[in-house]
Amino acid sequence: MDRAEMNLAIDTTLVERLLVHFLHEEVSSAGFSKLVLGVSGGIDSAVVAALAVRALGAKNVFGVLMPYRESNPESEADGRLLCETLGIPHMKVDISAMADAYFALDPKMDRLRRGNVLARCRMIVLYDRAAAERALVVGTSNKTELLLGYTTQFGDSASALNPIGDLYKNQIYQLARHLALPEVLLSKPPSADLFAGQTDEAELGFTYEAVDRLLYLMVDERYSEEDLVQHGFERDFVRKIVARISGTQFKRVPPIIAKLSHRTVNQDFRYLRDWGR
Amino acid sequence: MDCRVTLAQINPTLGNLEKNFELHVVEIEAAKRAGSRLVLFPELSLSGYFLKDQTSEIALRLDSPLIAKLAEQSRDISIAAGFVERSPEGRLYNSIGFFEDGALLHVHRKVHLVTYGMFDEQREFAAGDRFVAFTSKLGRFGILICEDLWHVSSAYPYFLADVDALLVHSCAPGRGIGAHDGELSSQRIWETLLAAQALTTQTWVVWTNRVGWEDGIFFSGGSRVIDPFGRTHAALEGLEPGRLDVQLCSREMERARLMTPLRRDAKPWLLEQSLARFRTQG
Repeated sequence: MDRAEMNLAIDTTLVERLLVHFLHEEVSSAGFSKLVLGVSGGIDSAVVAALAVRALGAKNVFGVLMPYRESNPESEADGRLLCETLGIPHMKVDISAMADAYFALDPKMDRLRRGNVLARCRMIVLYDRAAAERALVVGTSNKTELLLGYTTQFGDSASALNPIGDLYKNQIYQLARHLALPEVLLSKPPSADLFAGQTDEAELGFTYEAVDRLLYLMVDERYSEEDLVQHGFERDFVRKIVARISGTQFKRVPPIIAKLSHRTVNQDFRYLRDWGR
Repeated sequence: MDCRVTLAQINPTLGNLEKNFELHVVEIEAAKRAGSRLVLFPELSLSGYFLKDQTSEIALRLDSPLIAKLAEQSRDISIAAGFVERSPEGRLYNSIGFFEDGALLHVHRKVHLVTYGMFDEQREFAAGDRFVAFTSKLGRFGILICEDLWHVSSAYPYFLADVDALLVHSCAPGRGIGAHDGELSSQRIWETLLAAQALTTQTWVVWTNRVGWEDGIFFSGGSRVIDPFGRTHAALEGLEPGRLDVQLCSREMERARLMTPLRRDAKPWLLEQSLARFRTQG
């Protein structure tokens, strides 16, 4: 086992304990007791749902299945299996009508735009459901996706809090196995399911295994390009990932505000969300 | 120094002085009931840690009513608690106050402000400029605040001043979840540091760390007492608030110093030459 793989290995018992604690405390300090999440049938939302159930109890976690008419039916079935396994209340909101009404305005819309619209339709549903349930939206983006910018801004990346945003995809699988999630969720290839037959790795052009190792060394261990090449990574791959990270930084920050006054929100007006809580 | 002490591993509310003061009173009462003569709180225990722009808003002058109320609590038990101190010149310090017999006996201002990674203390605080040991009715103490402990020069003046215990107060965030550790790597590092200081100073080392989350960052607790041989004498585990009552005794220190007389054999004057060339540069 090389150094990167060794360090991507996590103490899953410890991580479970920390994240359950995080959800419990940060939800209650915000004045809430319930969470709402989008259940995609994938591994990330499954892990978040399982953690949320341990933190708040099954009745306080609300799953929303949000298929589009072109979505893979297996995704909905897997999502339903998860909700039933965990015993959480859940509902299905078919987003086809809302999305198609908008798509009809521009029949030439390309696949990327359509994918983003679907992600943002789901965000609308989740935030409305959160208001109805007096709940917070819990996020399901992992560290690999966040760093690569493999998310839709204000879409799947929108949430009030996110327990898994500091775990790489590889580490999500370790945690999923520890949490004893249904095998079918662990064995299928990761997919954003934005169009038929999509898999993350085919769309990204590299494997999670390779990029997780690279990201870990680059981000966590602060390896330089030279260090990474010495460590056996192709220079072109390293540069491609660096460009991808810097090119998607806009997705990881709040909107930038033109500073005019002496005190500007997010610049020099600095308070935590947990201000006074 | 032979006394029972209580480590109060609390979870303060960010920027809520009144609520945190009430939490201190609960802990003080519990420590008194346990027969302790000193109760210790974490760094910035009255205020919470990631204060940012709140720092100046909740800063306390040493003559402020809240400090007087805390001093009042120390009539039957000595208290070490953390707060943002506003000096008469208007500078803000990350301070620990030691209260005894109804008065403020000593203040330590954090010297080594931490400004890297997730930390930004030099933006909020002025740095303290001294490590002064003091004598309480319970014994002789030296206070260190979190990052102070990482610098080998911090405990040394206390060692030379023959303190009985190093009182270390932290808001140490937990991190490092590698499977090969079995515990947070940050916690393992703290245990190593604390044990090393106890070994080299041959004093009791009392570490009070906080728990709780502030915007996704957690403080990992694990408050503990290390004996003068560098061994963990007692510890709180985990992320929950807790209270640890521990008896400290001089005899352990005497035995440690008899077996390895480090203070007797120390040669602090040798430092003068070595340090001379660093007087004008860092």
